[in-house]
Amino acid sequence: MAGLEDLYREIILDHYRSPRNRGELPSPPAQRVEGFNPLCGDEIVVTLEVTDGTVSDIKIGGTGCSISQSSASLMSAAVKGKPVTEVRDLIRTFKGMMSIHESTLPGKDSQDEDDIEATEAQLLDVDSLGELAALQGVVKFPVRIKCATLSWNTLAQGLDEAESKTESASA
Amino acid sequence: MAGLIDVAHGLDVETLRKDFPLLAQEVNGHPITYLDSAASSQRPRQVLDAMREYDETTHANVHRGVYGIAEEATHRFEAARVAVGRFIGAPNPAREILFSKNATEGLNLVANTWGRTHLHPGDSILLTEMEHHANIVPWQMLAEERELSIRWIPIDDDGALILDDLERLVDGVKLVGITCMSNVLGTLNPVGDIARVAHAAGAVVVADGAQSVPHLPTDVSTLGCDFLAFSAHKMLGPTGIGVLWGRDELLTPLPPFLGGGEMILDVRKEGFTPNDLPWRFEAGTPPITEAIGLGAAVEYLQAIGMESIRAHEISLTTYAMNTLAERFGDDIRIFGPKDPTQRGGVLSFAYRDIHPHDVSQILDQYGVCVRAGHHCAKPLMRRLGVNATARASFALYNTESDVDTLANALAETGAFFG
Ligand SMILES: Cc1ncc(COP(=O)(O)O)c(C=O)c1O
Repeated sequence: MAGLEDLYREIILDHYRSPRNRGELPSPPAQRVEGFNPLCGDEIVVTLEVTDGTVSDIKIGGTGCSISQSSASLMSAAVKGKPVTEVRDLIRTFKGMMSIHESTLPGKDSQDEDDIEATEAQLLDVDSLGELAALQGVVKFPVRIKCATLSWNTLAQGLDEAESKTESASA
Repeated sequence: MAGLIDVAHGLDVETLRKDFPLLAQEVNGHPITYLDSAASSQRPRQVLDAMREYDETTHANVHRGVYGIAEEATHRFEAARVAVGRFIGAPNPAREILFSKNATEGLNLVANTWGRTHLHPGDSILLTEMEHHANIVPWQMLAEERELSIRWIPIDDDGALILDDLERLVDGVKLVGITCMSNVLGTLNPVGDIARVAHAAGAVVVADGAQSVPHLPTDVSTLGCDFLAFSAHKMLGPTGIGVLWGRDELLTPLPPFLGGGEMILDVRKEGFTPNDLPWRFEAGTPPITEAIGLGAAVEYLQAIGMESIRAHEISLTTYAMNTLAERFGDDIRIFGPKDPTQRGGVLSFAYRDIHPHDVSQILDQYGVCVRAGHHCAKPLMRRLGVNATARASFALYNTESDVDTLANALAETGAFFG
């Protein structure tokens, strides 16, 4: 049985109690995106500024459980000041970490072995995630995976919207 | 241990708990403390056995075969219908009890048949702020299609409906949708009083009995509503079957809901002739085994007595509200009416500023099953100013010792988050 300490690592509780980059950037100019977890009603607001291909600033608003809040806080710290391409890689890696075990859990549509290995190879190495690796234990609690990925999906949407804006501006 | 035997209310809880195999399970090394019956209740052996016995000895499709077991299956299926009808006091159970998939489907049936027949552009319907999505979304879907407007009966800070303005609100309304008991607040609504005002204004009343029918004596001949929907799985029965009761005179002129087998008298290339009540609303092979299970659940509840069950749940709710208030003081906020006689055994609460997800996760470590989330009542959540609540809910098999376990586990939750 997965223990609570797998889920609630000290880093997670720390980010939950003192969230980083809390608030909202004035929008515009910042890109503002809202994310919802329809299962539990949690809402997250990500505001971000992209300058010269870099996430120059990011803030997190909204409410949620310790997992969604700490994941958002850890995310904001990890992506702030990073080039958008790197941030996209990080999103992919993080979501890979969140889904690999999910897909091997009983009750999920079992993918064939090759598929699972492919996902595993694509997982890159979890060490590259730094503090974010603390959220790895969440996969043992399948209902909480959506809590952990909420802010990341919202950020991905924000990046898409920011990019389509710059494209249409430069077109 | 106080409360295990609630003899005062004629309920030998310790003995009846033995009827529920799931309650003997362990979760995470602890005996299970099941406090989520408002979501789905556990089933006694009597229900499980009745279903298995039917499957092993009698199963055949109903209303079709002339051979022995088919006839017996039909007989038992229809007997279950009548038993459920008697359980809620239906004047004409053999015609007025429609089997559906669940309460949700029953409410959709009303929206799609009565609603499509009687509601036209510009018409209004009246709902309450505490409805489950099952009694909101079908009306919103119809409102969009038919250009209807929806009005809302507001609630006060104790989670009771504000009815001072009811006559004005109901004026010109064709349908009133109201839950008998809130699945979040536990509030018991005065369905009869509301129905009187609604009927005087010419409106039809659709009641959501998903939470009330399993826990309170119900008599539709005096309740006042015109339709009542509920689900078997919240009243000790199986999933996959629910009930819609409707007044014969309202159901009789309605067109069918779904089309197919069972619901017709005749089909020609040019068209079809719909069947009589209740089969007109039961297209396709019905949930037969589940109907047998529901019949057994009703029999079980009646043997114990709904008055005794209600008395036990009031006493348990009182104990729970007092215990939580004594142990956690201002750290806990219990939503809904303060008076346990004005509410059902459903306690939604906020504990400090710990998110309900986290509360529920830690409680699970102690074998305590409570619900966390918006409980399919998002308009109500917005009114309460929260995204989610934790919810403990009781049934006849819960004890004061379950409440103590909940309180102890909550204290651990508090310690964990520091
Ligand atoms: C008040 C209320 N109405 C309707 C429903 C819907 O029941 P079901 O999901 O069985 O259709 C529920 C249960 O969740 C409920 O609590």
